[in-house]
Amino acid sequence: MRVETPLSSVLLVLLASVIGSFGAVFLKLGAEPLRKGLKYIVNWKLAFGVALYVGSSIPFVMGVRHGELSVLYPMVSVGYVCTMFWSRLFFGEPITMPKLGALAVIVAGIVCINIGGR
Amino acid sequence: MSTQSIAPRSRKPVYMVLCLTVFAALAQIMMKYGATHYMPAVVIGDQRTWWPFVKALLTNYPLIFGYAVSALNALLLILALRDGQLSTLYPIISLTFVWVNLLSMYLFGDHMNLWKAGGILLVVSGVAILGKASETA
Repeated sequence: MRVETPLSSVLLVLLASVIGSFGAVFLKLGAEPLRKGLKYIVNWKLAFGVALYVGSSIPFVMGVRHGELSVLYPMVSVGYVCTMFWSRLFFGEPITMPKLGALAVIVAGIVCINIGGR
Repeated sequence: MSTQSIAPRSRKPVYMVLCLTVFAALAQIMMKYGATHYMPAVVIGDQRTWWPFVKALLTNYPLIFGYAVSALNALLLILALRDGQLSTLYPIISLTFVWVNLLSMYLFGDHMNLWKAGGILLVVSGVAILGKASETA
């Protein structure tokens, strides 16, 4: 079975993964106060993070409506690369060789699975 | 381990994200089913079209299940991120892709091939490296 995947679907899934990466940043920001106790779970950063994280599924669902998951899903790896930069930028987390290597191996793996899915 | 000057970090956040990936794969398969569910056209100015749309949305159980699991996953991710680094935990979510592919094989009868097997091995290796990196990061 061969299904065409339109460019609009690709762009929607890319948008979803970038929104999702910002969602992760706000979840991390909002998770910090939880160290003091679970009652701090109600804060605007977490609410915004959840909104972005769950909301990112709207363009995702719109994107996968037409086209194959096996083609569209690898686009999500763009979100992992973005998140690695945001972690350095917003949280000062070191970008180490194991992290970069692991990211490269993961993206390569996702691309391979994509090729195998065609 | 006790001789190390820096105590290794707990693996708990990594395990939480691993659980999350299994749930996320189920949610994505459900959302794919939900996306093909019949939805009537809605016209904002025409009230008669509202109810059929809302009814179709509320009976789109695969989509509702997908969103409910996504919300649960957000909670798991929050608790994991509280104790772990974003840069090591977030890419582990890529394991979801492996589960989606294995589930697709089971559900849609897709066949395994060398590219897929190699790709799955690479993703799992990358996640393993990140899991290891999270101990000392």
